[in-house]
Amino acid sequence: MTTLQIPQVSLVVLVGTSGSGKSTFAGKHFLPTEVVSSDHCRGLVSDDDNDQSATKDAFDLLHYIVGKRLQRGLLTVVDATNVQPMARRALVALAKEYDVLPTAVVLDPPQAVSVERNALRPDRDFGASVVRRQHDQLRRSLKGLRREGFRNVHVLGSVEEIEAARFERTRLHNDLRHETGPFDVIGDVHGCREELETLLQRLGHDLVRDTHGRSVDAEHPEGRRVIFVGDLVDRGPDSPGVLRLAMGMVEAGHALCVSGNHEAKLARVLGGKKVTVSHGLQETLDQLDNESDEFRRRATAFVDGLIAHYVLDDGRLVVAHAGLKESYHGRASGRVRAFALYGDTSGETDEFGLPVRYPWADDYRGTATVLYGHTPVPEPEWVNNTMCLDTGCVFGGSLTALRYPEREVVQVPAAETYYEPVRPLAPPARDPDVLNLDDVLGPRIIETEHLGRVSLREESAAGAIEVMSRFAIDPARLVYLPPTMSPCDTSPSEEHLEHPVEAFAHFRKVGVTQVICEEKHMGSRAVISVDREAGGVIHTRTGRAFFDDDVSARLLANIAESLTSIGIWDELNTDWILLDAEIMPWSAKAGDLIRDQYAAVGAAARAALPATMSVLETAGARGLDLAELTARTGRRTTDAEAYVAAYRHYVWDVDGVDGIRIAPFQVLATDGSTYEERDHLWHLGVADRLVTQAPALFAPTRRLVVEVDDATSVEAGAAWWSDLTEAGGEGMVVKPLRNLTRGPKGLVQPGVKVRGREYLRIIYGPDYTTPANLSRLRNRNLGHKRSMALREYALGLEALRRVAGGEPTWRVHECVFAILAMESEPVDPRL
Amino acid sequence: MLLTITADQSESLGDASDLGHLLHKHPERVQQFDVFGGSATVFYPEVTPERCSVALVLEIDPIGLVRGRSRNREGFSLAQYVNDRPYAATSLLAVALGKVFRTALGARCDARPELVEAALPLTVEMPAVPGGATLVEQLFAPLGWTVDARPVPLDPTIPAWGDSTYSQVRLTGTLPLHAALNHLYVLIPVLDNGKHYWVGPDEVEKLVRAGSGWLGSHPQRELISRRYLAHQRGMVDEARTRLAELDDSPTGATEDGEFPAPARPLVAQRHDAVLEQVERARPASVVDLGCGQGALLRRLLTMQGVQRVVGTEVSDHALTVAAKRLHVDGMTERQADRLDLWLSSLQYQDDRLRGTGAKGFDVAVLMEVIEHIDASRLPAVSGNIFGFMAPRVVVVTTPNAEHNVLYPQLAAGAMRHPDHRFEWTRQEFATWCSGVGERHDYTVEILPIGSVDPDHGAPTQMAVFTRTDGAA
Repeated sequence: MTTLQIPQVSLVVLVGTSGSGKSTFAGKHFLPTEVVSSDHCRGLVSDDDNDQSATKDAFDLLHYIVGKRLQRGLLTVVDATNVQPMARRALVALAKEYDVLPTAVVLDPPQAVSVERNALRPDRDFGASVVRRQHDQLRRSLKGLRREGFRNVHVLGSVEEIEAARFERTRLHNDLRHETGPFDVIGDVHGCREELETLLQRLGHDLVRDTHGRSVDAEHPEGRRVIFVGDLVDRGPDSPGVLRLAMGMVEAGHALCVSGNHEAKLARVLGGKKVTVSHGLQETLDQLDNESDEFRRRATAFVDGLIAHYVLDDGRLVVAHAGLKESYHGRASGRVRAFALYGDTSGETDEFGLPVRYPWADDYRGTATVLYGHTPVPEPEWVNNTMCLDTGCVFGGSLTALRYPEREVVQVPAAETYYEPVRPLAPPARDPDVLNLDDVLGPRIIETEHLGRVSLREESAAGAIEVMSRFAIDPARLVYLPPTMSPCDTSPSEEHLEHPVEAFAHFRKVGVTQVICEEKHMGSRAVISVDREAGGVIHTRTGRAFFDDDVSARLLANIAESLTSIGIWDELNTDWILLDAEIMPWSAKAGDLIRDQYAAVGAAARAALPATMSVLETAGARGLDLAELTARTGRRTTDAEAYVAAYRHYVWDVDGVDGIRIAPFQVLATDGSTYEERDHLWHLGVADRLVTQAPALFAPTRRLVVEVDDATSVEAGAAWWSDLTEAGGEGMVVKPLRNLTRGPKGLVQPGVKVRGREYLRIIYGPDYTTPANLSRLRNRNLGHKRSMALREYALGLEALRRVAGGEPTWRVHECVFAILAMESEPVDPRL
Repeated sequence: MLLTITADQSESLGDASDLGHLLHKHPERVQQFDVFGGSATVFYPEVTPERCSVALVLEIDPIGLVRGRSRNREGFSLAQYVNDRPYAATSLLAVALGKVFRTALGARCDARPELVEAALPLTVEMPAVPGGATLVEQLFAPLGWTVDARPVPLDPTIPAWGDSTYSQVRLTGTLPLHAALNHLYVLIPVLDNGKHYWVGPDEVEKLVRAGSGWLGSHPQRELISRRYLAHQRGMVDEARTRLAELDDSPTGATEDGEFPAPARPLVAQRHDAVLEQVERARPASVVDLGCGQGALLRRLLTMQGVQRVVGTEVSDHALTVAAKRLHVDGMTERQADRLDLWLSSLQYQDDRLRGTGAKGFDVAVLMEVIEHIDASRLPAVSGNIFGFMAPRVVVVTTPNAEHNVLYPQLAAGAMRHPDHRFEWTRQEFATWCSGVGERHDYTVEILPIGSVDPDHGAPTQMAVFTRTDGAA
């Protein structure tokens, strides 16, 4: 029995004359979906499997199907005669295009067998001459198949051989999907043996030394394994020492290593090929001269046998020296190897004479984490789920490892600068303040600390681009947008749509015991960014300037002065501060809305309803039975008055900055810090100090802490809300007291709102409180709103983390833009 | 919502209570009807031989109205839930009227046929009609009504707000009942203007039918028929935007087209002037940055030698309209290959627009675009255009603020369009141009568009930037 080996991802081209038994053979060894047959394709395009006039279209279709399958990484078998070189060339080209290995399997039974089989088939009316011609072509082809590009060629020369053949699907060398880690992935070492030893020890690996005291292996007590991203050698002080350690670890099964471009070059030199010796290779060769022949042989075999990239952990992790774009993951071809070794280069060189590398990671959208080195960067950072671990140890930077799957960075600084970099360590990356359309448009995925990957629909981004471009303030200053907030679950009571009991229950359910009720101010949400020197911006929740320049400047000066008076700058060690606040009155920003929308409805109601009542009374006096209509109209008259009263609470006169009041309730970020883990009493404490300092400008936020497991406390919370709203207040927001909270089921809502019964008239209509209306309105769906609120919260925190960490504008902007885009999604606006 | 119609005894109407026969509604009964959006009740508050008055009370259920339309996501806004529909005399009232008094509207009365065409002294009262007193007067007075329309204050406790857009209306006149009903049936939705969220397209046809006999000679027929258009949603936005692009007048005014268009519209003159400059550069590729609904693209596509035309817009909606107006779906392959419409923003670098040489664009047009950008964002935008995209030639047009004094309808100091962030004098424009030119190595030539006033210059100013290394 012959066992034929084929790679798991490959293109298998069957070659054989008509009647040689290809279809039967394919059906026996492969899934029906894996086999693409020319006869079948002929039938698909012409309704006749044997219509030779459809051959060209049939092969177009066949190539298309094969291409799609290969693109998706599926083993594909082509069932066609393939006896002509041209037919095979097209298939080899397809395999190349998708970077899979082509295998030819030739079925070559005696001609007579094929002729006889054809004769038995009524649909094949061609005679023996056709088979003979095909057989001649096949014969002529046999020798050249490898040259045509087939990596493996299997020839089955008899009926018995064909019958006995079995396939074995082998893993590609780069396929280590079954290796699930945990791993410690180490960046470019470049002969820095000492740093490598220190790093391994810091990672918890125990060094093994030989009799000369040289480290020859390292083993982790918990079985963690190391993956080297390549470039072990060159430039540094002890390339042989690094090789000795790395080889030992790889041989002992304690490490994996992909090839770097320096290993590839070293392999060529050691293999006797002529190369230009530069970029620190000379040092390595000199150092190797001091080693034994045996060591040199071992090293030669090692560097020569290195694989260019690995796919690990069920496809979730890819390691390649210079990184790898998604379509190359797990594929094998010259260009895949070149990409893995040298990166995305075009052959151009920069002003330092070094190859220009395209920032492939900027375009990376894959799900696999890609870890790589090759291009020294000052600090490792996540870019689209990829991280470069080359932090230029040999250039005096540091040696970096990433723990996988923990994603924890571990670093050891270089003991000295061993080699002067040809170009500055930080390659001129993109201008941090310039925004690219690709940062925001198209389907996007943003990696957040608190909620992992948050993805964004393309349509949402398209909707947000207009608002962002036309109305928002300078993106460099627009570093945060507040997330939307969900209301509490709908109250089952007869009276209310929203009631505090549900808010407390919500948090009890997710394991939060202490909550804080904060008065919901009757103003507009604002984000205030203040500089110590009194500059800054005040913007709305969609990123528009809140006030005109003049009012804004005066307010910011006043705010900065108060912040200085309470000593915040030194206390938080910062020159800027970002505050979350509510600015009152609502009419200051929403004056037009209140007038044109709310007051107009009120005016129409107040004109229409009393007139209707009077006509009804006249008719009633005549004895017409209008009791029900009169009662309904009377109730609607009362409702309309209540509605008018509700919006009137939001209107007061403002003249310039006089009359404007600010209620800050959260410190969002300062230089280097964010504050989502400080409890709300701390935040309100800062606000209280501002209120004491400037009571005319700052408004206090009333609050009450509630223990959700304590019935008395819950009752007190509900009573507090009733008092607040019955006096005309908008309602309250209930938040976990400790602020950012992760419960057993994940991130907890940062707050839910409980709006007052009267305020909701503005939202749900004057008559929403009638039982018939309430019962219909109760059926509202909070799921989407909640999920949006959480995602926006995570994006907001991510924006804050990035801005506090001094990251470039585009990194902050993508989060801010995503929040705006999410807000453009259609959700019931009354929630 | 309430409508009352009162008939007084007269020569032609010996017994006022015959109004009941004419309306086919018994004066002693209270009748309720299900109508679109809610229910209508008809009853008679007063029935004597001297005077008879019928009342139509319409109760609208706004929650039900929106629920029925849950599949329609468009206009998903709060205003859909809380609005004047339950109170004001809107198209919903007209729809109810059409159902409840259908026979009377059709001028039929078998019981009192002699009264059908008789002119009767009638009084119509509606407590809250959308639309100002002047418009009510303009619509009803030409039909023989004496109009008493009083504005309803927005909020009596806040006098500073002034009047609302609603009027309390009382119409008196002597005319056949069916004529009165048809007037109401047609003109109430006209007063309500573009807010017909819930009226189906068949209602439009009914309205047009009801206008036969009097609409053709109505002096406001233009306004009336234009507002009919507003019934068909989708057309509203499109029409309005197109009008807004006629930026010779403030859009608040152009919305109702109350100003006559100038003989040779400035828009066309501007297109001619821009195209002349584009042609002079003999470009193979042109990008219209901020192409709006594609008016200029249409003409660029006819220009010989231009192999590639790209329009960019920040509004997805505008691009959709542009594609429709340029008939992209019906283009030949060769035509369609020359044109691209891209969602893009001048605030962001767009790699598709980058570059110099073969990759870059020969000409970029910014026609009436920069004045829509906040002055503080202009440096970033001009860096993006002149530095990043770096086309060989850039043509920029923008209003000349000095010329505004020549527009009588424009308040002093006001700008031509509510979205204009600034309008520059000739000096301000020249300063900006030379600054940009120096920073990015372009030479600049400034030209007027439109008739040049000796003191105030031309209405529009244009700058043609040519890259110093790119002279043709």
